[in-house]
Amino acid sequence: MLQVKNLSFSVGPARKRSTILNNLSLNIKPGEFVVITGPNGSGKSTLAKLIMGLEKATDGQIIFNKQNITDKDITERARLGIAFAFQQPPHFKGVTVKDLLQISATGHETFLEDNETDYKKLIETVGLDESYLEREVNNTLSGGELKRIEIASAIARQAQLTVFDEPEAGIDIWSFEKLVQIFKKFRDKAPERALIVISHQQRLIKQADRIIVLRDGQIALQGHPDDVLPQLQEANL
Amino acid sequence: MKTLDQIEKELMQTVAGVHEPPAGAYNFRVNGESIGRQSSDNINVEPQENGLIITVKANTQDEVVHIPVVISKTGHKETVINDFYIGDNADITIVAGCGIYNCGPKNSIHDGIHTFHIGKNAKVRYIEKHYGAGPGAGKILNPVSKFYLEKGAYAEAELEQIRGVDSTDRITEAELADDAKILIREKMLTQGKQYAKSHIETILNGKNTVADIVSRSVATDESRQEFTLHIEGNNLCRGHSECDAILQDHGTVLATPSLDAKHVDAQLIHEAAIGKIASEQLNKLMTLGLTSQQAESQIINGFLK
Repeated sequence: MLQVKNLSFSVGPARKRSTILNNLSLNIKPGEFVVITGPNGSGKSTLAKLIMGLEKATDGQIIFNKQNITDKDITERARLGIAFAFQQPPHFKGVTVKDLLQISATGHETFLEDNETDYKKLIETVGLDESYLEREVNNTLSGGELKRIEIASAIARQAQLTVFDEPEAGIDIWSFEKLVQIFKKFRDKAPERALIVISHQQRLIKQADRIIVLRDGQIALQGHPDDVLPQLQEANL
Repeated sequence: MKTLDQIEKELMQTVAGVHEPPAGAYNFRVNGESIGRQSSDNINVEPQENGLIITVKANTQDEVVHIPVVISKTGHKETVINDFYIGDNADITIVAGCGIYNCGPKNSIHDGIHTFHIGKNAKVRYIEKHYGAGPGAGKILNPVSKFYLEKGAYAEAELEQIRGVDSTDRITEAELADDAKILIREKMLTQGKQYAKSHIETILNGKNTVADIVSRSVATDESRQEFTLHIEGNNLCRGHSECDAILQDHGTVLATPSLDAKHVDAQLIHEAAIGKIASEQLNKLMTLGLTSQQAESQIINGFLK
Protein backbone atom coordinates (compact mmCIF):
# COMPACT_ATOMS: atom_id res chain seq x y z
CA MET A 1 0.00 0.00 0.00
CA LEU A 2 2.65 2.51 1.05
CA GLN A 3 6.28 2.43 0.08
CA VAL A 4 8.78 4.93 1.38
CA LYS A 5 11.96 4.74 -0.68
CA ASN A 6 15.27 6.25 0.41
CA LEU A 7 13.56 9.19 2.02
CA SER A 8 15.70 12.01 3.37
CA PHE A 9 14.76 15.28 4.99
CA SER A 10 17.13 18.04 6.04
CA VAL A 11 16.64 21.54 7.37
CA GLY A 12 18.73 24.66 7.77
CA PRO A 13 21.24 26.52 5.61
CA ALA A 14 23.78 24.57 3.53
CA ARG A 15 26.69 25.06 5.95
CA LYS A 16 24.66 24.01 9.00
CA ARG A 17 22.44 21.42 7.40
CA SER A 18 20.67 19.22 9.94
CA THR A 19 19.50 15.82 8.75
CA ILE A 20 16.22 14.70 10.27
CA LEU A 21 15.63 11.61 8.11
CA ASN A 22 18.47 9.83 6.38
CA ASN A 23 17.80 7.54 3.43
CA LEU A 24 14.89 5.81 5.15
CA SER A 25 12.85 3.06 3.47
CA LEU A 26 9.81 1.14 4.66
CA ASN A 27 6.67 -0.62 3.39
CA ILE A 28 3.20 -0.65 4.91
CA LYS A 29 0.81 -3.42 3.81
CA PRO A 30 -2.98 -3.09 3.56
CA GLY A 31 -4.58 -3.77 6.91
CA GLU A 32 -1.34 -3.38 8.81
CA PHE A 33 -1.20 -1.53 12.14
CA VAL A 34 2.25 -0.05 12.52
CA VAL A 35 3.49 1.93 15.48
CA ILE A 36 6.51 4.14 14.88
CA THR A 37 8.38 4.95 18.02
CA GLY A 38 11.80 6.21 19.10
CA PRO A 39 13.42 8.93 21.14
CA ASN A 40 12.59 12.62 20.75
CA GLY A 41 14.19 14.05 17.63
CA SER A 42 14.48 10.67 15.91
CA GLY A 43 12.30 11.85 13.00
CA LYS A 44 8.97 10.14 13.82
CA SER A 45 6.67 13.13 13.39
CA THR A 46 8.67 14.34 10.38
CA LEU A 47 8.12 10.99 8.70
CA ALA A 48 4.37 11.22 9.43
CA LYS A 49 4.22 14.72 7.98
CA LEU A 50 6.16 13.68 4.89
CA ILE A 51 3.67 10.87 4.24
CA MET A 52 0.76 13.36 4.44
CA GLY A 53 2.58 16.01 2.40
CA LEU A 54 2.82 18.49 5.26
CA GLU A 55 6.58 18.57 4.64
CA LYS A 56 8.44 18.04 1.38
CA ALA A 57 11.22 15.46 1.25
CA THR A 58 14.76 16.54 0.40
CA ASP A 59 15.26 13.28 -1.44
CA GLY A 60 13.56 9.95 -2.03
CA GLN A 61 10.09 8.81 -3.04
CA ILE A 62 6.73 8.01 -1.52
CA ILE A 63 4.55 5.53 -3.39
CA PHE A 64 0.91 5.03 -2.41
CA ASN A 65 -1.09 2.29 -4.11
CA LYS A 66 1.56 2.08 -6.83
CA GLN A 67 1.31 5.82 -7.52
CA ASN A 68 4.24 8.14 -6.93
CA ILE A 69 2.84 10.83 -4.63
CA THR A 70 6.15 12.48 -3.72
CA ASP A 71 5.22 15.72 -5.51
CA LYS A 72 1.51 15.67 -4.70
CA ASP A 73 0.13 18.22 -2.26
CA ILE A 74 -1.83 17.56 0.93
CA THR A 75 -5.25 17.76 -0.75
CA GLU A 76 -4.31 15.30 -3.48
CA ARG A 77 -2.98 12.83 -0.95
CA ALA A 78 -6.11 13.19 1.18
CA ARG A 79 -8.27 12.51 -1.85
CA LEU A 80 -6.18 9.48 -2.76
CA GLY A 81 -6.97 7.97 0.64
CA ILE A 82 -4.52 9.19 3.28
CA ALA A 83 -5.84 10.73 6.50
CA PHE A 84 -3.91 12.44 9.26
CA ALA A 85 -4.55 13.30 12.90
CA PHE A 86 -2.41 16.18 14.14
CA GLN A 87 -0.42 16.09 17.32
CA GLN A 88 -1.48 19.67 18.04
CA PRO A 89 -4.78 20.33 16.30
CA PRO A 90 -5.64 23.95 15.47
CA HIS A 91 -8.62 25.96 16.70
CA PHE A 92 -11.27 27.30 14.32
CA LYS A 93 -13.46 30.18 15.43
CA GLY A 94 -16.95 29.84 14.00
CA VAL A 95 -16.44 26.27 12.78
CA THR A 96 -18.41 23.76 14.81
CA VAL A 97 -17.37 20.21 15.60
CA LYS A 98 -20.14 19.03 13.31
CA ASP A 99 -18.87 21.28 10.50
CA LEU A 100 -15.45 19.71 10.86
CA LEU A 101 -16.82 16.17 10.83
CA GLN A 102 -19.01 16.99 7.84
CA ILE A 103 -16.05 18.32 5.88
CA SER A 104 -14.11 15.25 6.84
CA ALA A 105 -16.81 12.84 5.76
CA THR A 106 -17.93 14.64 2.61
CA GLY A 107 -16.87 13.50 -0.81
CA HIS A 108 -15.43 10.18 0.23
CA GLU A 109 -16.78 6.91 -1.05
CA THR A 110 -17.41 5.55 2.42
CA PHE A 111 -18.41 8.78 4.08
CA LEU A 112 -20.98 8.87 6.80
CA GLU A 113 -24.49 9.74 5.87
CA ASP A 114 -25.29 13.34 6.57
CA ASN A 115 -27.56 12.87 9.52
CA GLU A 116 -27.42 13.51 13.21
CA THR A 117 -27.19 9.87 14.20
CA ASP A 118 -23.94 9.21 12.39
CA TYR A 119 -22.23 12.29 13.80
CA LYS A 120 -23.59 11.48 17.23
CA LYS A 121 -22.12 7.97 17.01
CA LEU A 122 -18.83 9.32 15.78
CA ILE A 123 -18.44 11.86 18.56
CA GLU A 124 -19.46 9.24 21.11
CA THR A 125 -16.73 6.97 19.75
CA VAL A 126 -14.19 9.40 21.14
CA GLY A 127 -16.01 9.70 24.46
CA LEU A 128 -17.82 13.00 23.93
CA ASP A 129 -21.58 13.50 23.96
CA GLU A 130 -23.68 14.95 21.14
CA SER A 131 -23.80 18.43 22.72
CA TYR A 132 -20.24 18.84 21.44
CA LEU A 133 -21.42 18.73 17.81
CA GLU A 134 -22.73 22.30 18.04
CA ARG A 135 -19.71 23.66 19.88
CA GLU A 136 -17.12 25.71 18.07
CA VAL A 137 -13.66 24.22 17.65
CA ASN A 138 -12.21 27.12 19.61
CA ASN A 139 -10.28 27.74 22.79
CA THR A 140 -13.26 26.98 25.02
CA LEU A 141 -12.42 23.31 24.41
CA SER A 142 -9.77 21.72 26.59
CA GLY A 143 -6.66 20.24 25.01
CA GLY A 144 -8.01 16.74 25.61
CA GLU A 145 -11.39 17.54 24.05
CA LEU A 146 -9.71 19.09 21.03
CA LYS A 147 -7.53 16.03 20.64
CA ARG A 148 -10.52 13.68 20.76
CA ILE A 149 -12.29 15.76 18.13
CA GLU A 150 -9.15 15.60 16.01
CA ILE A 151 -9.17 11.81 16.24
CA ALA A 152 -12.88 11.73 15.32
CA SER A 153 -12.24 13.91 12.27
CA ALA A 154 -9.47 11.58 11.09
CA ILE A 155 -11.65 8.50 11.63
CA ALA A 156 -14.50 10.14 9.70
CA ARG A 157 -12.32 10.08 6.59
CA GLN A 158 -12.47 6.27 6.59
CA ALA A 159 -9.24 6.45 4.63
CA GLN A 160 -7.19 3.53 3.35
CA LEU A 161 -4.25 4.77 5.39
CA THR A 162 -4.63 6.86 8.53
CA VAL A 163 -1.65 8.43 10.26
CA PHE A 164 -2.00 9.46 13.91
CA ASP A 165 0.79 11.70 15.17
CA GLU A 166 1.13 11.09 18.92
CA PRO A 167 -2.59 10.69 19.58
CA GLU A 168 -1.96 10.23 23.30
CA ALA A 169 -0.20 13.60 23.71
CA GLY A 170 -2.23 16.00 25.84
CA ILE A 171 -5.08 13.66 26.70
CA ASP A 172 -6.07 12.45 30.14
CA ILE A 173 -5.90 8.88 31.40
CA TRP A 174 -9.59 8.20 30.74
CA SER A 175 -9.19 9.34 27.15
CA PHE A 176 -6.09 7.25 26.75
CA GLU A 177 -7.97 4.11 27.78
CA LYS A 178 -10.60 5.02 25.21
CA LEU A 179 -7.93 5.60 22.61
CA VAL A 180 -6.62 2.06 22.88
CA GLN A 181 -10.18 0.81 22.33
CA ILE A 182 -10.65 3.16 19.38
CA PHE A 183 -7.71 1.66 17.53
CA LYS A 184 -8.93 -1.85 18.28
CA LYS A 185 -12.39 -1.02 16.92
CA PHE A 186 -10.95 0.81 13.93
CA ARG A 187 -9.02 -2.31 12.98
CA ASP A 188 -11.91 -4.68 13.59
CA LYS A 189 -14.35 -2.65 11.49
CA ALA A 190 -12.10 -2.19 8.49
CA PRO A 191 -9.40 -4.86 8.44
CA GLU A 192 -8.16 -3.77 5.01
CA ARG A 193 -7.28 -0.27 6.20
CA ALA A 194 -3.81 0.50 7.41
CA LEU A 195 -2.87 2.52 10.47
CA ILE A 196 0.35 4.28 11.30
CA VAL A 197 0.54 5.57 14.84
CA ILE A 198 3.42 7.66 16.11
CA SER A 199 3.59 6.90 19.82
CA HIS A 200 5.70 6.42 22.91
CA GLN A 201 3.01 4.58 24.84
CA GLN A 202 3.62 0.90 25.51
CA ARG A 203 -0.08 0.05 25.72
CA LEU A 204 -0.56 1.39 22.23
CA ILE A 205 2.65 -0.13 20.94
CA LYS A 206 1.53 -3.56 22.15
CA GLN A 207 -1.53 -3.41 19.87
CA ALA A 208 0.59 -3.10 16.74
CA ASP A 209 1.31 -5.73 14.13
CA ARG A 210 4.73 -4.19 13.75
CA ILE A 211 6.87 -1.71 15.60
CA ILE A 212 9.36 0.48 13.80
CA VAL A 213 11.93 2.12 16.01
CA LEU A 214 13.62 5.22 14.63
CA ARG A 215 16.90 6.61 15.85
CA ASP A 216 18.80 9.50 14.28
CA GLY A 217 16.54 9.52 11.24
CA GLN A 218 16.99 5.86 10.41
CA ILE A 219 15.27 2.60 11.28
CA ALA A 220 17.07 1.12 14.29
CA LEU A 221 14.76 -1.84 14.89
CA GLN A 222 11.54 -3.27 13.53
CA GLY A 223 9.37 -6.32 14.01
CA HIS A 224 6.54 -7.79 16.04
CA PRO A 225 5.99 -6.22 19.50
CA ASP A 226 6.93 -9.49 21.23
CA ASP A 227 10.33 -9.37 19.56
CA VAL A 228 10.97 -5.67 19.55
CA LEU A 229 9.69 -4.55 22.96
CA PRO A 230 12.30 -6.49 24.99
CA GLN A 231 15.08 -5.11 22.78
CA LEU A 232 13.59 -1.66 23.08
CA GLN A 233 13.69 -1.84 26.85
CA GLU A 234 17.16 -3.30 26.83
CA ALA A 235 18.49 -0.61 24.55
CA ASN A 236 16.55 2.01 26.52
CA LEU A 237 15.14 3.54 23.34
CA MET B 1 -47.37 49.15 -2.60
CA LYS B 2 -45.03 50.21 -5.41
CA THR B 3 -43.63 47.20 -7.22
CA LEU B 4 -39.96 46.59 -6.62
CA ASP B 5 -37.76 45.94 -9.62
CA GLN B 6 -35.51 42.89 -9.67
CA ILE B 7 -32.47 44.71 -8.26
CA GLU B 8 -34.50 46.22 -5.45
CA LYS B 9 -36.02 42.85 -4.64
CA GLU B 10 -32.60 41.27 -4.42
CA LEU B 11 -31.28 44.04 -2.19
CA MET B 12 -34.32 43.79 0.08
CA GLN B 13 -34.00 40.01 0.26
CA THR B 14 -30.28 40.22 1.07
CA VAL B 15 -30.56 42.74 3.88
CA ALA B 16 -33.93 41.81 5.40
CA GLY B 17 -34.83 38.35 4.13
CA VAL B 18 -38.07 39.63 2.57
CA HIS B 19 -39.11 41.28 -0.70
CA GLU B 20 -42.85 41.12 -0.27
CA PRO B 21 -44.76 42.84 2.55
CA PRO B 22 -44.41 40.57 5.57
CA ALA B 23 -47.10 39.79 8.11
CA GLY B 24 -47.04 42.25 10.97
CA ALA B 25 -45.58 45.70 11.19
CA TYR B 26 -43.22 46.98 8.52
CA ASN B 27 -41.95 49.93 6.54
CA PHE B 28 -40.20 49.53 3.19
CA ARG B 29 -38.14 52.53 2.18
CA VAL B 30 -36.84 52.81 -1.38
CA ASN B 31 -34.80 55.76 -2.66
CA GLY B 32 -35.92 57.99 0.17
CA GLU B 33 -39.64 57.19 0.06
CA SER B 34 -41.76 54.84 2.06
CA ILE B 35 -43.33 52.52 -0.51
CA GLY B 36 -45.33 50.51 2.00
CA ARG B 37 -46.07 50.77 5.67
CA GLN B 38 -48.20 48.81 8.10
CA SER B 39 -48.74 48.78 11.85
CA SER B 40 -49.94 45.80 13.82
CA ASP B 41 -52.18 45.70 16.87
CA ASN B 42 -49.16 45.96 19.12
CA ILE B 43 -46.57 47.76 17.02
CA ASN B 44 -47.31 51.22 15.72
CA VAL B 45 -45.21 52.48 12.80
CA GLU B 46 -45.70 56.17 12.08
CA PRO B 47 -43.67 58.65 10.05
CA GLN B 48 -41.65 61.50 11.46
CA GLU B 49 -39.45 63.95 9.65
CA ASN B 50 -36.78 61.86 7.87
CA GLY B 51 -37.84 58.62 9.43
CA LEU B 52 -40.13 56.68 11.70
CA ILE B 53 -41.39 56.43 15.24
CA ILE B 54 -41.98 52.82 16.17
CA THR B 55 -43.88 52.18 19.37
CA VAL B 56 -44.27 48.72 20.81
CA LYS B 57 -46.96 48.13 23.43
CA ALA B 58 -45.97 46.71 26.80
CA ASN B 59 -46.12 42.89 27.00
CA THR B 60 -46.04 42.42 23.22
CA GLN B 61 -44.66 38.94 22.58
CA ASP B 62 -42.84 37.33 19.64
CA GLU B 63 -43.57 39.98 17.04
CA VAL B 64 -41.26 41.12 14.26
CA VAL B 65 -41.06 44.54 12.64
CA HIS B 66 -39.25 44.91 9.29
CA ILE B 67 -37.85 48.30 8.31
CA PRO B 68 -35.41 47.71 5.43
CA VAL B 69 -34.00 50.48 3.27
CA VAL B 70 -32.99 50.17 -0.35
CA ILE B 71 -31.21 52.68 -2.57
CA SER B 72 -31.02 51.92 -6.27
CA LYS B 73 -30.68 55.47 -7.60
CA THR B 74 -27.13 56.72 -8.11
CA GLY B 75 -26.24 59.87 -6.20
CA HIS B 76 -29.07 59.42 -3.69
CA LYS B 77 -28.17 60.79 -0.26
CA GLU B 78 -30.30 60.48 2.83
CA THR B 79 -30.30 60.69 6.58
CA VAL B 80 -32.91 58.51 8.22
CA ILE B 81 -33.88 58.95 11.86
CA ASN B 82 -35.84 56.11 13.46
CA ASP B 83 -36.87 56.14 17.11
CA PHE B 84 -38.05 52.99 18.87
CA TYR B 85 -40.02 52.89 22.11
CA ILE B 86 -40.29 49.35 23.41
CA GLY B 87 -42.83 48.83 26.20
CA ASP B 88 -42.11 47.00 29.43
CA ASN B 89 -41.91 43.20 29.20
CA ALA B 90 -42.19 43.20 25.41
CA ASP B 91 -40.22 40.61 23.45
CA ILE B 92 -39.72 41.57 19.82
CA THR B 93 -37.37 41.35 16.84
CA ILE B 94 -36.46 44.32 14.66
CA VAL B 95 -35.13 43.58 11.19
CA ALA B 96 -33.43 46.60 9.69
CA GLY B 97 -30.65 46.84 7.11
CA CYS B 98 -29.75 48.79 4.03
CA GLY B 99 -28.79 47.71 0.55
CA ILE B 100 -27.36 50.05 -2.05
CA TYR B 101 -27.04 49.36 -5.75
CA ASN B 102 -25.08 52.02 -7.57
CA CYS B 103 -24.43 51.86 -11.28
CA GLY B 104 -23.76 55.57 -11.81
CA PRO B 105 -20.98 58.12 -11.32
CA LYS B 106 -22.15 59.68 -8.05
CA ASN B 107 -21.86 58.33 -4.52
CA SER B 108 -25.00 56.93 -2.92
CA ILE B 109 -25.09 57.54 0.81
CA HIS B 110 -27.33 56.30 3.61
CA ASP B 111 -26.87 57.72 7.10
CA GLY B 112 -29.16 56.01 9.61
CA ILE B 113 -29.69 57.01 13.21
CA HIS B 114 -31.61 54.48 15.29
CA THR B 115 -32.42 55.16 18.92
CA PHE B 116 -33.89 52.39 21.05
CA HIS B 117 -35.62 53.07 24.35
CA ILE B 118 -36.09 49.62 25.82
CA GLY B 119 -38.51 49.35 28.72
CA LYS B 120 -38.23 47.40 31.94
CA ASN B 121 -37.61 43.69 31.43
CA ALA B 122 -38.20 44.03 27.69
CA LYS B 123 -36.23 41.96 25.20
CA VAL B 124 -35.16 43.19 21.79
CA ARG B 125 -33.32 41.39 19.06
CA TYR B 126 -32.06 43.87 16.48
CA ILE B 127 -30.74 42.58 13.14
CA GLU B 128 -29.03 45.01 10.79
CA LYS B 129 -27.35 43.96 7.55
CA HIS B 130 -25.55 46.22 5.12
CA TYR B 131 -24.76 45.38 1.54
CA GLY B 132 -23.50 47.19 -1.53
CA ALA B 133 -23.53 46.16 -5.19
CA GLY B 134 -23.21 47.61 -8.68
CA PRO B 135 -20.33 48.89 -10.78
CA GLY B 136 -20.87 52.59 -10.02
CA ALA B 137 -19.36 55.04 -7.56
CA GLY B 138 -19.39 54.81 -3.77
CA LYS B 139 -21.85 52.76 -1.76
CA ILE B 140 -21.59 54.53 1.59
CA LEU B 141 -23.36 53.59 4.81
CA ASN B 142 -22.97 55.37 8.13
CA PRO B 143 -25.19 53.83 10.81
CA VAL B 144 -25.60 55.10 14.35
CA SER B 145 -27.39 52.86 16.85
CA LYS B 146 -28.11 54.03 20.39
CA PHE B 147 -29.55 51.65 22.96
CA TYR B 148 -30.99 52.82 26.27
CA LEU B 149 -31.89 49.85 28.45
CA GLU B 150 -34.06 50.23 31.52
CA LYS B 151 -33.97 47.93 34.54
CA GLY B 152 -33.85 44.27 33.56
CA ALA B 153 -33.97 44.96 29.82
CA TYR B 154 -32.13 42.79 27.33
CA ALA B 155 -30.88 43.70 23.86
CA GLU B 156 -29.13 41.60 21.28
CA ALA B 157 -27.71 43.45 18.27
CA GLU B 158 -26.47 41.58 15.20
CA LEU B 159 -24.68 44.08 13.01
CA GLU B 160 -23.38 42.71 9.75
CA GLN B 161 -21.65 44.35 6.83
CA ILE B 162 -21.99 41.60 4.27
CA ARG B 163 -19.92 43.01 1.40
CA GLY B 164 -19.72 45.73 -1.22
CA VAL B 165 -19.81 48.76 1.09
CA ASP B 166 -17.10 51.20 0.04
CA SER B 167 -17.06 53.28 3.17
CA THR B 168 -18.69 53.02 6.54
CA ASP B 169 -18.47 54.91 9.79
CA ARG B 170 -20.46 52.93 12.32
CA ILE B 171 -21.26 54.10 15.83
CA THR B 172 -22.96 51.83 18.35
CA GLU B 173 -23.67 53.09 21.84
CA ALA B 174 -25.48 51.60 24.84
CA GLU B 175 -26.36 52.69 28.34
CA LEU B 176 -27.62 50.12 30.78
CA ALA B 177 -29.64 50.47 33.98
CA ASP B 178 -29.74 47.87 36.79
CA ASP B 179 -29.88 44.20 35.74
CA ALA B 180 -29.83 45.05 32.04
CA LYS B 181 -27.79 43.05 29.54
CA ILE B 182 -26.63 43.70 26.01
CA LEU B 183 -25.00 41.40 23.48
CA ILE B 184 -23.45 42.97 20.40
CA ARG B 185 -22.26 40.78 17.54
CA GLU B 186 -20.56 42.66 14.73
CA LYS B 187 -19.36 41.06 11.50
CA MET B 188 -17.64 42.85 8.73
CA LEU B 189 -16.06 42.01 5.38
CA THR B 190 -14.16 44.59 3.36
CA GLN B 191 -12.62 44.19 -0.07
CA GLY B 192 -10.79 46.26 -2.68
CA LYS B 193 -10.00 49.70 -1.29
CA GLN B 194 -12.97 49.80 1.07
CA TYR B 195 -12.75 51.52 4.42
CA ALA B 196 -14.69 50.67 7.55
CA LYS B 197 -14.66 52.29 10.94
CA SER B 198 -16.62 51.04 13.91
CA HIS B 199 -16.91 52.51 17.37
CA ILE B 200 -18.79 50.55 20.01
CA GLU B 201 -19.27 52.12 23.40
CA THR B 202 -21.21 50.63 26.31
CA ILE B 203 -21.78 52.39 29.59
CA LEU B 204 -22.69 50.05 32.42
CA ASN B 205 -24.40 52.38 34.86
CA GLY B 206 -26.63 49.92 36.67
CA LYS B 207 -25.92 47.25 39.22
CA ASN B 208 -25.55 43.70 37.81
CA THR B 209 -25.30 44.90 34.24
CA VAL B 210 -23.65 42.82 31.54
CA ALA B 211 -22.17 43.74 28.17
CA ASP B 212 -20.77 41.12 25.82
CA ILE B 213 -19.35 42.46 22.57
CA VAL B 214 -17.79 40.35 19.85
CA SER B 215 -16.53 41.91 16.65
CA ARG B 216 -15.26 39.65 13.88
CA SER B 217 -13.98 40.93 10.60
CA VAL B 218 -12.10 40.02 7.46
CA ALA B 219 -10.04 42.66 5.65
CA THR B 220 -9.00 41.60 2.16
CA ASP B 221 -7.21 43.22 -0.82
CA GLU B 222 -6.17 46.74 0.19
CA SER B 223 -9.07 47.46 2.52
CA ARG B 224 -8.71 49.12 5.88
CA GLN B 225 -10.71 48.63 9.07
CA GLU B 226 -10.55 50.52 12.35
CA PHE B 227 -12.28 49.44 15.52
CA THR B 228 -12.60 51.06 18.91
CA LEU B 229 -14.37 49.11 21.59
CA HIS B 230 -15.00 50.92 24.83
CA ILE B 231 -16.67 49.66 27.99
CA GLU B 232 -17.22 51.84 31.02
CA GLY B 233 -18.17 50.18 34.30
CA ASN B 234 -19.82 52.48 36.81
CA ASN B 235 -21.25 49.83 39.12
CA LEU B 236 -21.14 46.14 39.97
CA CYS B 237 -21.02 44.87 36.39
CA ARG B 238 -19.37 42.56 33.88
CA GLY B 239 -18.09 43.65 30.51
CA HIS B 240 -16.37 41.59 27.84
CA SER B 241 -15.23 42.72 24.44
CA GLU B 242 -13.52 40.66 21.79
CA CYS B 243 -12.13 41.88 18.51
CA ASP B 244 -10.92 39.25 16.04
CA ALA B 245 -9.81 40.01 12.52
CA ILE B 246 -8.45 37.97 9.65
CA LEU B 247 -6.11 39.71 7.23
CA GLN B 248 -5.77 38.70 3.61
CA ASP B 249 -3.66 40.15 0.80
CA HIS B 250 -2.81 43.72 1.89
CA GLY B 251 -5.77 44.27 4.20
CA THR B 252 -5.04 46.18 7.42
CA VAL B 253 -6.85 46.44 10.75
CA LEU B 254 -6.44 48.73 13.73
CA ALA B 255 -8.17 47.59 16.92
CA THR B 256 -8.16 49.85 19.93
CA PRO B 257 -9.71 48.49 23.08
CA SER B 258 -10.51 50.63 26.03
CA LEU B 259 -11.84 49.61 29.40
CA ASP B 260 -12.73 52.17 32.02
CA ALA B 261 -13.54 50.64 35.40
CA LYS B 262 -14.97 53.37 37.59
CA HIS B 263 -16.26 51.07 40.31
CA VAL B 264 -14.39 48.57 42.44
CA ASP B 265 -16.85 45.79 41.49
CA ALA B 266 -16.59 46.36 37.76
CA GLN B 267 -15.07 43.35 35.93
CA LEU B 268 -14.02 44.25 32.42
CA ILE B 269 -12.15 42.07 29.94
CA HIS B 270 -10.89 42.66 26.44
CA GLU B 271 -9.46 40.18 23.96
CA ALA B 272 -8.09 40.93 20.51
CA ALA B 273 -6.50 38.81 17.82
CA ILE B 274 -5.53 40.01 14.35
CA GLY B 275 -3.65 38.00 11.78
CA LYS B 276 -3.78 36.04 8.59
CA ILE B 277 -5.24 32.54 8.45
CA ALA B 278 -2.83 30.22 10.24
CA SER B 279 -1.10 27.67 8.02
CA GLU B 280 -2.04 24.98 10.59
CA GLN B 281 -5.71 25.71 9.95
CA LEU B 282 -5.28 25.47 6.17
CA ASN B 283 -3.24 22.29 6.48
CA LYS B 284 -5.83 20.67 8.72
CA LEU B 285 -8.67 21.31 6.27
CA MET B 286 -6.50 20.19 3.36
CA THR B 287 -5.91 16.87 5.11
CA LEU B 288 -9.69 16.53 5.03
CA GLY B 289 -9.64 16.86 1.23
CA LEU B 290 -10.28 20.59 0.70
CA THR B 291 -8.11 22.62 -1.65
CA SER B 292 -6.30 25.58 -0.12
CA GLN B 293 -8.89 27.94 -1.67
CA GLN B 294 -11.78 25.87 -0.32
CA ALA B 295 -10.08 25.76 3.07
CA GLU B 296 -9.71 29.56 3.11
CA SER B 297 -13.38 30.04 2.20
CA GLN B 298 -14.47 27.57 4.85
CA ILE B 299 -12.44 29.35 7.52
CA ILE B 300 -13.72 32.81 6.54
CA ASN B 301 -17.34 31.69 6.17
CA GLY B 302 -17.22 30.03 9.55
CA PHE B 303 -15.55 33.03 11.12
CA LEU B 304 -18.23 35.40 9.83
CA LYS B 305 -21.13 32.96 10.26
